[in-house]
Amino acid sequence: MNRFGSFPRRIAQLVILLFGISLVTFFLLRLIPGDPALAILGSSYTKARAVAIDATLGLDKPIWTQYGLYMGRLFRGNLGFSFFYGQPATTVIFNHIGPTVFLVVYAAVMAAVISLPIGFVAGLHRGGPLDQSSRVFFTLSFAMPAFWLGIILILIFSVHIQAFPLSGFGRGFFGHLYSLFLPALTIALGFSTVLVRSLRAATISTLQSEFIDTARMKGVRWRRVLWKHVFRNAVLAVVAVYGVNLAYLISGTVLVENVFSLPGLGTLLVNSVSSRDYPVVQGVTLLFAVLIVLINLLTDLTQAALDPRVGQEIGG
Amino acid sequence: MIPAEPTGPGVPAGPGLPPVSPGPPGQTSPPPDTELAELAGAELEPDEEAAPVPDPEVAEAVLAPVASSAVGTPLLTVEDLRSYLATGHGVVRAVDGVSFTLAQAEVLGIVGESGCGKSVTCRTIMGLLPKGLAHSSGRVIYHPRGEGSLLDASQDQWQALRGSQLAMIFQDPMTALNPVLTVGEQLLEAVNAHAKLRRDAARARAVELLRRVGIPAPQRRMRDYPFQFSGGMLQRALIAIALASSPRLLLADEPTTSLDVIIQDQILSLLLELQQDTGMSMILVSHDLAVITEVCDRIIVMYAGQVVEEGRAAAIITEPRHPYTRALLGALPQAGHQGELLSIPGHPPSLIDPPAGCRFAPRCPLVTDKCLTWETELLSTGGDGHLARCWRHEEVARQGPATQGTVPQNTGPQITEVHE
Amino acid sequence: MTAMWAASPSEVLYKAASKAAGRRRSVARRRLPLIIGLVLLAIAILAVTFAPLLTSAPPNKIDVLNPLAPPLTPGHLLGTDQFGRDLFSRILYGGRIDLAIAFGATSVTLVGGTIIGLVAGYSGGKIDNLLMRIVDLFFAFPFLVLIIAIIAMLGPSTFNIFVAIWITSWVAYARIMRAQVIVAKKQQYVLAARALGYSRTRVMLRHILPNTASAVIIFSMVDAIGNIILAASLGFLGLGVQPPTPEWGTMISDGQNYMLTAWWLTTLPGLAVVFVGVSFSLIGDGLADVLRPGDR
Repeated sequence: MNRFGSFPRRIAQLVILLFGISLVTFFLLRLIPGDPALAILGSSYTKARAVAIDATLGLDKPIWTQYGLYMGRLFRGNLGFSFFYGQPATTVIFNHIGPTVFLVVYAAVMAAVISLPIGFVAGLHRGGPLDQSSRVFFTLSFAMPAFWLGIILILIFSVHIQAFPLSGFGRGFFGHLYSLFLPALTIALGFSTVLVRSLRAATISTLQSEFIDTARMKGVRWRRVLWKHVFRNAVLAVVAVYGVNLAYLISGTVLVENVFSLPGLGTLLVNSVSSRDYPVVQGVTLLFAVLIVLINLLTDLTQAALDPRVGQEIGG
Repeated sequence: MIPAEPTGPGVPAGPGLPPVSPGPPGQTSPPPDTELAELAGAELEPDEEAAPVPDPEVAEAVLAPVASSAVGTPLLTVEDLRSYLATGHGVVRAVDGVSFTLAQAEVLGIVGESGCGKSVTCRTIMGLLPKGLAHSSGRVIYHPRGEGSLLDASQDQWQALRGSQLAMIFQDPMTALNPVLTVGEQLLEAVNAHAKLRRDAARARAVELLRRVGIPAPQRRMRDYPFQFSGGMLQRALIAIALASSPRLLLADEPTTSLDVIIQDQILSLLLELQQDTGMSMILVSHDLAVITEVCDRIIVMYAGQVVEEGRAAAIITEPRHPYTRALLGALPQAGHQGELLSIPGHPPSLIDPPAGCRFAPRCPLVTDKCLTWETELLSTGGDGHLARCWRHEEVARQGPATQGTVPQNTGPQITEVHE
Repeated sequence: MTAMWAASPSEVLYKAASKAAGRRRSVARRRLPLIIGLVLLAIAILAVTFAPLLTSAPPNKIDVLNPLAPPLTPGHLLGTDQFGRDLFSRILYGGRIDLAIAFGATSVTLVGGTIIGLVAGYSGGKIDNLLMRIVDLFFAFPFLVLIIAIIAMLGPSTFNIFVAIWITSWVAYARIMRAQVIVAKKQQYVLAARALGYSRTRVMLRHILPNTASAVIIFSMVDAIGNIILAASLGFLGLGVQPPTPEWGTMISDGQNYMLTAWWLTTLPGLAVVFVGVSFSLIGDGLADVLRPGDR
């Protein structure tokens, strides 16, 4: 009865998925209408450079040979050459990872801190003041574009109150914590909408479970029933939602980095689109996809570790 | 495959439920009143006779105005209990004026089709109806606690009462246990709810409880999760949980309905055996009259939120006084009788808008115009506290026990013989 | 005599319980979000459709004398931007594009994804397997990043926003629909229809679709909000509608440069997004309550 008995199968699925991701990112470049070399070079187009690019991309060879070359380069960690930065795309991407990772983790933790108490209490006191007000608040924030919310937060907390910096990444761990507070809050608020909703629903349905009656029937203190049975089970039900929606955080990051001018992958992605730096766009897309696949795997493993039933289902 | 389990030093492996290791007398902390505290100390003895007996005069006085067939010292008195549930479709009058008395060590059966208010009655007695949604009136008096109604009990008082005095087992064992905690954890929670035991003592008692309800290899099964148990084993575990603090009243709400037939019999005889060993009182709820008649001293038949007939099991089976009871008897499958199963035509009425007059009238073969307007009440039929909510009960009695086949032999409380 | 004294507790109790039942949901109360949402959305649609009648100046008309005028300036209800263009006019005209994307992109993916999910779920086997692998693959990418990457390759334009959404957004519908269909396939009414010898298409369209469509329809409201926000986000990043055409996201982005002096340039177009988003959200909640009353 190995909880992680399905691990080999998961790995196989993972490999197939990664293969698919590589295909998609490879064919992304094929979407470029007309002459890719012209699109890449833009105004710096010369015949000689165009031929060079065609050779690097292997555009003169059959498509599957091209894919083989692409995969071969990938395995060597070569994502192509960024003409804009004059550096290998791998290097450029690597230099921008720090702020993004910090921001995503920061926002993920903040979202959990915000939504666990609110979602739980709203579910316990359904229709109560907290439930009503959080519902209104999160309905509004669900309809807010993250970038706009970020600007509004800047207007309030940086311009009017001047409690936080307008932009920048800060120095050192606590400097990051301070400087990234508003960006992280922006992302976390959006993320919390989903979390509060699902935790509230999970709390309500757990409260209606018969095992709660059994626990009450024992004469156990209500507070204990709440923690050990209601909260625990409700949170377990939300772990999957949390994991799946971490992808949402990454979309949020792309926008919020641009609002707060943070030197992360999101800013890099958008700048690279404007400068037609296709290898970087391709590389960042690939990296984000791989990140999400890993996060999902981690979520599944966490769930299997926390919930005895999940391990059973997958293993059986 | 039953390995010998080491028995804890302080735990006798007798036939009865293992008593809680001698703890301080006031183990229900904090005791809501002194009577309860005494009780908690006294009921450690499996022998029920030792329990304090409420003043007989008081007991006399609280007997419901409607004479009951209950004999012996009353443990629980329910008076004109009503529980209305607020739903999206309207107000469901799930329990609408139910009264009965339960004596100490008595086994009372409540029978009726699904949706007749049996479960809601039990949950009201246990205080387990959802707050805000359910509204109850009437009185539920648990005599060892005094004359106050349980409906007025505070949350602290409830907490002291549940488990140690009143316990309940539910219909579906698959959903009645928390799926992500081990059975052992959940049993220990019940053991520790009312007793301050050392870790190993609590564990020993938990293991002993599991053994007592017939779970093989209890030490090992403690570590298993509910999904690793079969339905019958889960129900046994649930019984162990309910009995962990030696309650004096057990409410069993359709305890066998979701189980296989063979397992049903095992669980029923286990329940009866435990009841006889501990001397606790038991209310057994079922839609299956056969189950009820096998086990119970006395039977209450419920229909549409009301009691329609009450009396000793033998009397109800041989001489039903309400057409509904008669129909239920007629619907019983007969051993060795190949006739088709008679089901009662029609459905129980909506409890949102119950029919005026007799609620069974729309389905009753004996219906007359008077039935549609008759302000129903429980009428005494003469013999031994036998009551029926039918003004034609004498005609019903004359029609004999049931329309089809022979009535199953009433075996009374000596159930062990049936299940050998 | 039981009845004599039983009548009163019964009545008291009934009143208390019916009060609670009434609080829980009267029909009018349940429909309220849906009605409010529809009214708000109708206001938005009418406002952008009849923008020429409602505004004093075309969106790109420059009022040289009044740059960065605050709201409630005479002649400029919501003020002007750095070129003196009327903000109210720009918000109304800009809304045309955002609403067009909300409806155009969402309706196509709703229909397409639903059909794909319906066929795959009903057929099962290889088709279904292949579909699920594709769906998994799409879900492996952060939605916004994939859209940005596609637009990067195709080039920024309004039409390419539609294309990018069409390529990526159907998967959510297909997945939801497939799950519903797999459950419905085993239901009595479907088995009966098949036993009667109806054609596959007829069973799918006449029997399964009407009974399973509520989930995708409710989801489409959430998706419409997502698409509005997406359109604005792409505009904000400079990857969508190109200036000088007004669009809410580009307007917010432009306004960010004047954040310290002219708060209205960023705040008000954002509120327009929130207005439309909330109306879709209310419609979605209302539909969920009406179409699947058991869920709450």
